[in-house]
Order: sequence, then C-alpha cells, then structure tokens
Amino acid sequence: MRKVAPFDDRAEVLRVNAVDKVFPGDVQALKDMSLSVRAGDFISLLGPSGCGKSTALRLIAGLSEPTSGRIEWDEPRKDGDLGVVFQEPTLMPWATVSQNVYLPFRLEGKSYTSVRDDILDALKLVGLDKFQNSYPRELSGGMKMRVSIARAMVTQPKLILMDEPFAALDEITRFKLNNDLLEMQARIGCTVIFVTHSVFESVFLSDRIVVMAARPGRVIEEVRVDAPYPRDEEFRTSAEYAAHCRAASKALEHAMEAA
Amino acid sequence: MTDAPLTGPMGKPVVDAEEARRARKRKIEATARYLLPVAVMILMIWLWDRIVVWNEIPHFILPGPDRVWGSLTGDWPILWDAALLTGRITLMALVIAVVGGAGLAILFNQSKMVELSLYPYAVILQVTPVVAIAPLIFIYVESKTVGMLLCAWIVAFFPVLSSTTLGLNSVDHNLRDLFRIYGASRWQKLWMLQLPSALPYFLGGLKIAGGLSLIGAVVAELVAGTGGVGTGLAFRIQEAGYRLNIARMFAALAIVAAMGVFIFAALSLLSHMLLRKWHESALKREG
Repeated sequence: MRKVAPFDDRAEVLRVNAVDKVFPGDVQALKDMSLSVRAGDFISLLGPSGCGKSTALRLIAGLSEPTSGRIEWDEPRKDGDLGVVFQEPTLMPWATVSQNVYLPFRLEGKSYTSVRDDILDALKLVGLDKFQNSYPRELSGGMKMRVSIARAMVTQPKLILMDEPFAALDEITRFKLNNDLLEMQARIGCTVIFVTHSVFESVFLSDRIVVMAARPGRVIEEVRVDAPYPRDEEFRTSAEYAAHCRAASKALEHAMEAA
Repeated sequence: MTDAPLTGPMGKPVVDAEEARRARKRKIEATARYLLPVAVMILMIWLWDRIVVWNEIPHFILPGPDRVWGSLTGDWPILWDAALLTGRITLMALVIAVVGGAGLAILFNQSKMVELSLYPYAVILQVTPVVAIAPLIFIYVESKTVGMLLCAWIVAFFPVLSSTTLGLNSVDHNLRDLFRIYGASRWQKLWMLQLPSALPYFLGGLKIAGGLSLIGAVVAELVAGTGGVGTGLAFRIQEAGYRLNIARMFAALAIVAAMGVFIFAALSLLSHMLLRKWHESALKREG
C-alpha cells in the first residue's frame, strides 16, 4: 500500500500541458489547460456544465487525443495504473458483482483464483462482500456505484478518474459514499481526479479544487482546501468547511461571470 | 368457482374484502390464460363440424373434424415418417442459419470492408422470394437434401444476421470506453463485451429464424418433389391434394403447425433460460 505524502512534497505523476481540444464544427471544448497532478492529490474539477471538465477527464484517460498540447505521464502508463468511474455505474448486466470487479484483472489475463483475495478486499472496502454473487439488477443505485468504485480500485491504480459519479444519487447515499471514498483513497494511497458541479462535494473531498469556466472550457483558478484528512461528519458541519465552501463558491461565481 | 378459501400472495389467508377481490381476480386470470384458448378451439371445431353436417358438404371438399382425426390416427405411420424428414431438414437448416447468420454478423462487425462488400448481397438474398429461387437451386444442386437445406437457409439466416449485427453494435458506450482504458484486445472486446451484449438480440432473431426455417423447408419440399430423399410433410400435402384426400391434407397441415409451435416454444424456453438472470425482458414485473 502506498502512503499519501504531505501536500508540499508530492512527486508529479502527470502533467496536462497547454492542452486545447476542438471538436468538429469548431466547438472549443478546452482552451489552454495546464495542470500538474501529483501523487496523492485529490483534485476536483469544478465548474458549470459545458466547461470541459469531462472532456479533460477523457483526455487524461486516453480516450481522446488533444488537438494541441500534451498529456505527459512521468513514466509510461501500464494496464491497471488507471481506474475510472463514470457517471453511470457501467456494470456488465450479465455478470455477477464479483465478476464485474474481476474485469480489470481478467483483461490483463490473470486467473480468477490468483486475484480472488484482491476482489474480496475491494468488495469488503465498499461493504458489498455479501453481494458477490448478485447480479447488478438486484442492487440499488448506490450499491451499483459501489461496485463500480470497487472495480476501479481493485488493481490499486496510481490514478482514479471519476466523472460525476454520485450526481444521480440521493443526498444521503452521496454523503455516505463521499466518506467511504476518502477512506478508500487513504487506504490505497491513490491520486484522484474528481469531476463535479457541487461546491460542497468538492470541498469535502479534495485538497485541490480546479475551478473551470465554460465557452470555451478553461481553468479559471485553483482553490486549496488545507483542512487535514481524515475528514468526517464533524468536518462537514464545521465552520472551517463553511469557510472553504464560501471561497470555492466565490471562485465559481468568477468563473460564471467570466463565461 | 369452488368454495375453497382464497389465499393471497405467499399463501397467507385473506383478511378483507378488497384483498379477497384482488385474489379472486388473480385466480380468474390464471385460469383464463389456459382455458380461453382451449375454449375457442373447441368452439371452432364444433362450428366446423356443424357447418359440414348442416350443409351436407362432401368430404372431398371439406371433411369434418372426425375424418381429419381419423386420418391423423389412421395415417399416423406415413405422417410420422414425413414429419421426421421435414423436421430434420428444418433443424439442420436452423443450425446452419444460426452458424451462418451469427458468423457473418461477427465477420461484418470485425471488418468494415467485408461488410461493405457482402451486406448488399445478403439483403438481395433475403428480399428475393425463396419460391422463386428454389427451382433454380434444384437445377444446379444435385443432392436434394443439400438443395432443401440451401432453400431453408436462405430464408432463415437473415433475421439472425441482422439482429446479431444490431446487438454487436449496441454495446454500452461507457463499457466500451472502460475496455479501451484497460487495454482490452479486439478478441477480448468481442468475447467479453460484444457477444454478451448481442445475446438478447441474437435470441430474438433466432425465434424468427426457427419459424422461417420450417417455412423454407416446406417450400423447398414442394419444389423438390420426392425423388431420392423420401417424402416430407409438404409433399404429403401435395400428394393428398392430387388424390382429393382432403382429410389427410388437414392432418398433415396440423402436424406442420404443431411443429412450428414446438420450435417456437423450445426457442422461447432457451431464450428464457439464458436471459432470466440478468436481462430486462426476462424479469417479472409488478402490476
């Protein structure tokens, strides 16, 4: 297990270097985006819809190519270095929960027996070890999302990308998953880039909030949340949390005005 | 209705009038599902019998149900042999239609070039009536069995091809992205993602192909005549027609229909078995 290093001495894992993305029809989705991602960072990309945050995530995932600029990894990316959670749980409906979590290993060619313990650990971490043999349709929305998270972290990746994973869930479930997510990140010591349009969620989760504006999508400013981890329900009701939310809201307002 | 105490779901006794009403409705619906079609059939057969008797229709024009039943039991050995032959051709045609249709769908899916070159011909083969092609086939194909299989295949493979193609292309986009991120090979993507996604579509096509391969086999038999392969049901129908043995025509027709129903039921069962754990179509819904 990796440990998350203190904020000021983290090694860079990935750099987004002056990236532009133009879609057909001259739609500028991203303009001159630069971002240095360091090991252990929990970065939120916060902004209104159309600000290119999901586009940025797809570029980092290697699902599309920048029109100009580069995405540079400090060392070549291997299979299993990257985990992804989409807005929908994106599970294979024909496979059981454990088979769904097994997928990243299966694609690497590993046998089920050789990784059974990892799968069980991941499911335990999201509290679903009792549902190994269930099919996705038997689970609630929140549980499906947990399976999706277990799948993203089962390979203990360096970087997990999350694209508004909790946007479709109710607030109670969302708070619970926020807590669990932080616990998980501390456990496997990974880096997270988290796309959201919720100020409260981004402040609770991240130590760096990258505020973005729309048309064209671009980075407006970065807000540092220096509250120490672990953060829990107490933090969610603290004055410190409220102050950070105010700061982030103000930054977001700037972003909206700039648009 | 009997006076047995009504029970609600899970065998709990019913408490109030509203529940009793609902329980009764459930029971009636469950019985009606089987009773109604049977009642309609009995009524139709009775009507048929009456029409024949009242109008004194001679049996070489329209035999009554009793005569058809007599033919069905009396000519059973002949009809059974014929049914075996037709059934064999139908099943073999269905198997090659499935292999050919699904195989072509996978091939088309893997290679755009192959799809562009061959798809129009698959469509042409599909839209040309098989009755029109069959005589030509029997000119060039020496073996009657092969000719009949070819006819049945031509009608049956297309639904498998088109529905499997649709299925292979209906993969969830996020899942596709996920496979890409994990560096899945083309083979892994096909095997673990596209084929399972295509399964419900394939099974839908299979159900249609089952009925069509029977039609193809019957048409092929009618065109092929008898030489060499023995005689199937369609040939028996034709032959009985020439002899004005209308009762046997009806008896053979009933067997053909029964075979069609059997194939459909078997394929529906197969489909249910394969999908019941996960697919929406196989789920029981409330209300």
